Amino acid sequence: MAILIIAEHDNAVLKAATLNTITAASQMGDECHLLVAGSSCSAVAEQGSKVAGVTKVLLADNTVYEYQLAENISKLVTELAPNYTHIVSAATTTGKNFMPRVAALLDVAQISDIIKVESENKFKRPIYAGNAIATVESLDNIKVITVRGTAFSAATTLDSNASIENLNIVHDAQMSQFISEEVAVSERPELTAAKVIISGGRGMGNGENFALLENVADKLGAAVGASRAAVDAGFVPNDMQVGQTGKIVAPDLYIAVGISGAIQHLAGMKDSKIIVAINKDEDAPIFQVADYGLVADLFEVLPELTDKL
Amino acid sequence: MKILVTVKRVIDYNVKARVKADNSDVDLANTKMALNPFCEIAVEEAIRLKESGAATEVVVVSIGPKACQEQIRTSLALGADRGIQIETDTMPESLNAAKLLAKVVEAEQPGLIIMGKQAIDSDNNQTGQMLAALLDMPQGTFASKVELIGEKVHVTREVDGGLQTIALNMPAIVTTDLRLNEPRYASLPNIMKAKRKPLVVQTPVDLGVEMKTHTQLVKVEAPTERQAGIKVNSIEELIEKLQNEAKVI
Amino acid sequence: MRESMEFDVVIVGAGPSGLAAACKLMQQANEAQRALTVCIVEKGSEVGAHILSGAIIEPKAINELFPNWQEMGAPLNTPVTEDQLFMFLNEQKSIQFPNLCVPKTMHNQGNYIASLGNVCRWLAEQAEQLGVEIFPGFAASEILYHEDGSVKGIATGDMGISEYGQQKDSYMQGMELHAKYTLFAEGCRGHLGKSLYKQFDLDAKSDEQHYGLGIKELWDIPADKHQPGLVIHGSGWPLGKGTSGGFFLYHTENNQVVAGLIVDLSYQNPYLSPFDEFQRLKHHPVLKQYLEGGRRISYGARAITKGGFNALPKMTFPGGLLIGCNSGTLNFAKIKGTHTAMKSGMLAAEAVFEAINNGCEGRKELMDFDNRFKSSWLYEELKQSRNFGPAMHKFGTMLGGTFNFIDQNIFGGKLPFTLHDNKPDYAQLKSIHDYDTIEYPKPDGKLSFDKLSSVFLSNTNHEENQPCHLKLTDLQIPISYNFPAFLEPAQRYCPAGVYEVIEEETGPKFQINSQNCLHCKTCDIKDPSQNITWITPEGGGGPNYPNM
Repeated sequence: MAILIIAEHDNAVLKAATLNTITAASQMGDECHLLVAGSSCSAVAEQGSKVAGVTKVLLADNTVYEYQLAENISKLVTELAPNYTHIVSAATTTGKNFMPRVAALLDVAQISDIIKVESENKFKRPIYAGNAIATVESLDNIKVITVRGTAFSAATTLDSNASIENLNIVHDAQMSQFISEEVAVSERPELTAAKVIISGGRGMGNGENFALLENVADKLGAAVGASRAAVDAGFVPNDMQVGQTGKIVAPDLYIAVGISGAIQHLAGMKDSKIIVAINKDEDAPIFQVADYGLVADLFEVLPELTDKL
Repeated sequence: MKILVTVKRVIDYNVKARVKADNSDVDLANTKMALNPFCEIAVEEAIRLKESGAATEVVVVSIGPKACQEQIRTSLALGADRGIQIETDTMPESLNAAKLLAKVVEAEQPGLIIMGKQAIDSDNNQTGQMLAALLDMPQGTFASKVELIGEKVHVTREVDGGLQTIALNMPAIVTTDLRLNEPRYASLPNIMKAKRKPLVVQTPVDLGVEMKTHTQLVKVEAPTERQAGIKVNSIEELIEKLQNEAKVI
Repeated sequence: MRESMEFDVVIVGAGPSGLAAACKLMQQANEAQRALTVCIVEKGSEVGAHILSGAIIEPKAINELFPNWQEMGAPLNTPVTEDQLFMFLNEQKSIQFPNLCVPKTMHNQGNYIASLGNVCRWLAEQAEQLGVEIFPGFAASEILYHEDGSVKGIATGDMGISEYGQQKDSYMQGMELHAKYTLFAEGCRGHLGKSLYKQFDLDAKSDEQHYGLGIKELWDIPADKHQPGLVIHGSGWPLGKGTSGGFFLYHTENNQVVAGLIVDLSYQNPYLSPFDEFQRLKHHPVLKQYLEGGRRISYGARAITKGGFNALPKMTFPGGLLIGCNSGTLNFAKIKGTHTAMKSGMLAAEAVFEAINNGCEGRKELMDFDNRFKSSWLYEELKQSRNFGPAMHKFGTMLGGTFNFIDQNIFGGKLPFTLHDNKPDYAQLKSIHDYDTIEYPKPDGKLSFDKLSSVFLSNTNHEENQPCHLKLTDLQIPISYNFPAFLEPAQRYCPAGVYEVIEEETGPKFQINSQNCLHCKTCDIKDPSQNITWITPEGGGGPNYPNM
């Protein structure tokens, strides 16, 4: 029996989240099949066939799957499911959308947003907004699982190719239709979606000095955030606030500049993969959670950082 | 048109969950409980549709021990018309919740079902989608805008990287995201009136649903605390570490 | 025009006095088979959310209100089994007093260790069953008066107002709640109570009121260190000369202990930080032996009205009464205020019910209350303890303690003279030039913690976009006067880190982080310039204490 992974893509490119999902799936069993369901998406299947851990690619290429409508995709996956022990997808808005439908149609539970594979039927997942980690055991024959990408490394790409099998299964529920989409275009990514965030605290001194952070952000394609102290001091607007009462973020890289690291702030960013702290106070609590700390005057080092990136 | 809204009683979002000393679960004794924020948005959306004339009745359903009647009453105080409590000893798994709700939908025949996208306790984000599958209905998850246009409901969804708008045949299921609306406060007279609005209690047996066990909670732990890393001495060193060691830039 | 609702009785605050009053009112009404409408407004998000107390509860009042409270499941689960009293000499050494030398009022046989928040949750259930309407999440922000000057009721605050005063999407106008009688049960230093004192000159004949700041933590401790029912009290270190106060550590149920420090707000040293005093106190071997290896799970703080008998104001005025700690019924000799607060509420309920039952439509002053009060055990008890607080203030902890031993144990509080203490707490603070700075040790993260991570455990929150609820009468005073004279003591007396002075290029700036506020009211009490006024924020804001 094998594991079925549902690829996330835009009909042209395999999304990075799928690579992390494949890593997680590989820890559940050896044989991993990647389902690429879309429209004119053979390029995605090609890309998927080169990912380490993928033993076979299933390609369901039909206009009914073009927009990943949950009603259609879930029926396709459910039809394939009896041949698999695990059905796995990324816990992205796409995966979260159709996977519970698959579970319900199979009359099994879904285990959402796993961050660790303990065994083939035991998984860890965050609950209560990450304030607790639950270990959950599945009692179902088919396990439907979504994976939190940031908790697993990305599978690598190989030179060799897995075989690609074309499926001729068409499900058109005809209940929903795509109308339009609007891709967020902003100079900088949104805080909650950014891979890199640079945040300033009260140490920034005033709102104008946030320009120093923006310069770094431009180089890194980062979003700019702030601590509550900086917001309360009136440096920047409320919607930039990261923390318990602001936005909860978990980017790959979080750079905290002039932020002391009050627990309320830490609660909003502690799940970041790498935390960098720049602060002139070497006793600032932020250093207790930072992977890399630099004790320095931010007004000296920020321009230097901008130049050297 | 009738709108069915589901609501869940959860720990108040201002209160930090704390793991029990024996790691069996989270300690909720005497903890402030509240209406799940996403469910509150669902109630608000339904009431706005009723106020706009698009809906005629708003029915709220909650599943859980008797205490969840408090959240039904809150929803009634916000403007819902009547409540249904499905009484269970513990919080059922999502699939069982969906099965119970499916029976309520079959009996009530709403034109639209609005639910929170997830509860802030279990963070599953499943029940709405599962209910849609069980009823073979279309779904619009993570909604930031809901419009009734002709015979269809148009849902603008918050998806990774932007917004997607889809049209759904009715009856349909919509799950709410944070930006859909800003819920109102319940007024004192409405809180008092809510105490007299109808609320019926049903059981899984009444609904003919067999509650199967699909998962087992093995243990609950506090998240591991981050450890302090290293101090670097210069910007060069920092950039070097980020590029070669952490590989994040 | 605001909407209004009519009740027979409106009660402000769902604490022990307000809830006991509500229960007593309905009991009488039900017995007389008379319809009575009673409502309680409570600013906390739920009953108990803002309640913080030790607490050792003497069951005298609850015995009277619900004689079968045990069968009814009142959460008084841990009887006191042992009393220990200490004097800390320094950070290591202490003297334990033999039981015989302890003032009688400090003996706790027959009392219970409990969470007052949970007791209030239970009382609220009883009240609701008796027919009381309880509205948590609604702050009484304003007193309404009739044309004749009598109290007409209260108004709840507007909700959904932005920081700059505009109406937000969620705007909801406040409501007027009219009543024949309004009972103010806001607890220590209630902000409506404060204006009633002025309006009706309630404290014309009483001594200056005195206050303490109580800081409390709840801990899970290892099972082998837990001795349910053990009660520890003490004073001395770390509080220095000129600062009175005392600490407590109670072993409650479920392998939990509560630890706390009460610092009298009559302290003079402007460098004193009650929060940091408490943090270092926990390192003393007597406390550390229990806390070590444990985990802190909650934190909170609340001011205490402790002036006692001599400072009791007139509790009645036309159209209403002041009850519980809002008037100052706490018995400081016992460090207990629950039974006295409840009793004051019950006495008020008797007077109010009798008046309404006799057809009174309100507006009158219930002179009959005074007779009931004076013939009650409450009056007797408070009178006996009248010298306790002033003795401590006058003679210090050691000598004052000795006086209290003689007064309470030998003369039973009946010494034929009364000590007075008429200097208000805010006027006690001396200049920074009279003292050296206090170097508090850094928190170790195991027994002691920093302020913000403590506040985090109180689950406090206020909707961000609303007007600041801490009003400065004069915006300049914190920097122009308080800072040079006292290094702005708000930075240190506030146990929630609400106040900060930030050094900016242009000079020091006073910053108010009102979101952190624990509603303890210390700033309103201790600001040497009396320049800070605490008003109610949007209902539902503030701490969310579980089991405190």
